[in-house]
Amino acid sequence: MSSDLHYKLIVGLEIHVQLCTKSKMFCGCAVEFGQKPNSRVCPVCLGMPGVLPVMNKQAFEYAVLVGLALNCEIAQFTKWDRKSYYYPDLPKNYQISQYDLPLSANGYIEIPLESGKTKNISIIRAHLEEDAGKNLHTAGNFSQVDLNRTGTPLLEIVTEPDMNSAAEVRALAVELQRMVRFLGVSEADMQKGHMRFEPNINLIITRDGTEYRTPIVEIKNLNSFRALERSVDYEQARQLDEFLENGVVMGMGNKTTRGWDDEKEITVLQREKEEAHDYRYFPDPDLVPVKMTPQWLSEIQGRLCELPIKRQLRYVDQYKLSDYDAGVLTADRSTSDLFDEAVKAGAEPKRLCNIITQTGLKIANEKGCSAGDLGLKAQSVANLAGMIEGGTISAGSAGQIFEAMVETGKEPEVLAEELNLIQKSDAGELEAIVDKVLADNPKAVDDVTGGGKKSKKARGFLLGQVMQKSKGQANPKVVSEILVKKLG
Amino acid sequence: MEELSAKELRDKIAARQISSLEATEAVFKRIDKLEPVIGAYISTYHDLALEKAADVDRRIAAGQSVGQLAGVPVALKDNMCTTFGATTCASRILENFHAPYNATVVEKLLAADAVIVGKANMDEFAMGSSTENSGLKQTINPWDASRVPGGSSGGSCAAVAGRLCFAALGSDTGGSIRQPASFCGVVGLKPTYGCVSRYGLVAYGSSLDQIGPITQTVTDSALMMNVIAGHDPADSTSVDENISPVFDYLEKLYEPLDKLTIAIVPQFAAGADRQVQKAITEAIDVYKKLGAEIIEVNMPHLDYAIAAYYLIATAEASSNLARYDGVHYGHRSEKAEDYIEVYSKSRAEAFGKEVKRRIMLGTYALSSGYYDAYYLKALKVRNLIRADFTGVFEKCDCIMMPVSPTTAFKIGEKVDDPLTMYLSDIYTIAANLAGIPGISVPCGFDDNNLPIGLQILAPAFGEDKLLRIARMFENQTDWHKRKAPDIS
Repeated sequence: MSSDLHYKLIVGLEIHVQLCTKSKMFCGCAVEFGQKPNSRVCPVCLGMPGVLPVMNKQAFEYAVLVGLALNCEIAQFTKWDRKSYYYPDLPKNYQISQYDLPLSANGYIEIPLESGKTKNISIIRAHLEEDAGKNLHTAGNFSQVDLNRTGTPLLEIVTEPDMNSAAEVRALAVELQRMVRFLGVSEADMQKGHMRFEPNINLIITRDGTEYRTPIVEIKNLNSFRALERSVDYEQARQLDEFLENGVVMGMGNKTTRGWDDEKEITVLQREKEEAHDYRYFPDPDLVPVKMTPQWLSEIQGRLCELPIKRQLRYVDQYKLSDYDAGVLTADRSTSDLFDEAVKAGAEPKRLCNIITQTGLKIANEKGCSAGDLGLKAQSVANLAGMIEGGTISAGSAGQIFEAMVETGKEPEVLAEELNLIQKSDAGELEAIVDKVLADNPKAVDDVTGGGKKSKKARGFLLGQVMQKSKGQANPKVVSEILVKKLG
Repeated sequence: MEELSAKELRDKIAARQISSLEATEAVFKRIDKLEPVIGAYISTYHDLALEKAADVDRRIAAGQSVGQLAGVPVALKDNMCTTFGATTCASRILENFHAPYNATVVEKLLAADAVIVGKANMDEFAMGSSTENSGLKQTINPWDASRVPGGSSGGSCAAVAGRLCFAALGSDTGGSIRQPASFCGVVGLKPTYGCVSRYGLVAYGSSLDQIGPITQTVTDSALMMNVIAGHDPADSTSVDENISPVFDYLEKLYEPLDKLTIAIVPQFAAGADRQVQKAITEAIDVYKKLGAEIIEVNMPHLDYAIAAYYLIATAEASSNLARYDGVHYGHRSEKAEDYIEVYSKSRAEAFGKEVKRRIMLGTYALSSGYYDAYYLKALKVRNLIRADFTGVFEKCDCIMMPVSPTTAFKIGEKVDDPLTMYLSDIYTIAANLAGIPGISVPCGFDDNNLPIGLQILAPAFGEDKLLRIARMFENQTDWHKRKAPDIS
């Protein structure tokens, strides 16, 4: 039996992202999820005789924006091709796609790793195409077709097989979701099928110094991060077992397609096609090629924002936030924008981060929106952070004020007054309270001055008494200073 | 009244010398009498036409403004979608297909107040040169009932020649307007690709198809162009009017033309029948007498036009006709056991022989491993032919040659010999490959009293000049005044 065996997982991804344009890719029908079957259709997306497609410029610009965010080269000349195959959910029996001249190619995406570092995954290409409809098999003896989704703009992104763990695959998927949401080009709602993944997986196994590659497996149509991650993990183990059992390695024509069984959490071999697909691609004569002028490109470039991964790294680097907090803040654009603007308005970043990630996200979760969409002005949030920083209010009362800000729309200074949360920092007034407490607690005073183990505890007790007497409004920092002055 | 041209009729209706109702009723009287022999129409719309005619008369009587074709009875080729009646493409697969929308040209005709009399027979899906490939009926040549009207717009041309309408629309993919116009002794214009919207024209070869007028005179052709030409946002390949402004072709028709230079291609035209050659030579002599300069040119790539055409047109057709699958509309086989059989049996049962032949040819040309040798090479030939024309048009205003190597042939003569049939388009195909306009005007008769057509080709978007050149000839000759006898 072999003594030395190790292996490396190799995964490339094909991702379909639905773009959130108002209308479909080649006709004026609305893109709307969950509507009555075949209610969002017209002669064009139904593929009626005589109809012609007209390109949705918005979809094209969205796709270019993603291409730019993926550091791709944007083609100056790109065209549309027909991909032929017969299926009932494809009314023309060809799909308008892009074959040899995709609108963008040769880029990379930076993904965060668990170690806090990042990794660049190469992007082979990203191109636009139209989605197909849906076949429904719920009507007993026959099938039905819903063509509402037909013609929805889809961005297909193909990566190099640069990922080496299921965690990396997941990280890329999550990063891409965050990116397209930041760019505002897709809702990227997994439950609505806005993102679909097809990983290509195999292993490089080294046994006794010889390298073997297992046959590539493509897993079709995964629509959750969990399914994506688990299926890759499962496939890794399965391919290793299979190799140890029969030693089959990658060769001509032994790539297979498997599906993911979400309940059993296993991949299942899908029926093999009897012959290889010949899609008979050729340029669609009904559409004109798209020429990207430098002006148009720079106009689209102007809509590019700082990408979430860059912001996350900047927050860690510049503001010394934890990687976790920086990730939470950059999970969506509006929250991250709120944070950035509040910092610009003078907030201390760590203090601000705590307010947003603790109170802000809690309220946002309850309301089912993001912290950036609570209707708060960045300046007000910055002021709130400043009040804690300046000792006007305690850190503990910030949450209460934040909630009240959301509810009432009032400024934090006003609310602190109204809610009686302003801390007493007037030394004279506090000194009187301290004197009273010291007089009432001679034992504790002795313990403090006596030093030793009891001293620290006794000092805390006295501080607590002062806070109690001031009904929580004393600034603990000032009280501590007075205690030091009086007791040493 | 039936001797009037469309423009003469229009003017008389506008002057209230004839009512549209009278004219329309007269047309239907002729249809009742002659249509059983000629077989030009797949469907006629008696009530609808009379209703429209009465409406036009009413509006004229009330002094309201009416369109350019007010009250003129016209016919459509049955591959243009209409919300009234069926749109069959003379195919059994669409025999009962009712389109949910009107083609752009139909909307334009209706807006111009034309009276639509009926929809004319054709070769199935416009594939053919004799209208014998119609899956629904046979059309004869009004000049000789034993002969074909040409094709594929044979019904439209027979209807005009038989005076079963005052003008008609046809479509031309490789000569389908010009060749039957020449066989039937009428004027047929194929405009520049992109000049007339294809939206609603059931596609055959999308990069070649173009709608154009079939009329009794060149003046009528200009009148029809005034109505149908122009940019359509629903057709991405229709040309922007900033690039090619749409003229008032009628008004332009009367502008004088001098220093006309005509190119002829002797080596190419030598393949035509002796009587055809003689008529063309005599026609060119007419221009000579008017002061035109004749130059001889060489167009070396025209010999490959047919080969290139039958690869490009069939490749596009194989994809365009994929949608007729029995799933969403059209003929569905009753013998199908599963969805694959819905496709295969529906198509096998309802497509005619020539359509099947071209689908197979095109599928083959696009197949992996053959694409470069066939489709791609054909595209290269197409570019060479385009370059040939560009070069020649630097030296001349137009090119003249026969429309077809023969006059109308006997019904059944070529049906079993597709290659010979394909050769009848040898002179017309190049204009489609190059995208340039071409017109067929009557220029004589052979010994059997069958009409001969002169073909004039002009540079892209030179329809205005092309029509003027054609009208010069018409002014000097009486050929267009000869009418086909009423066969009963």
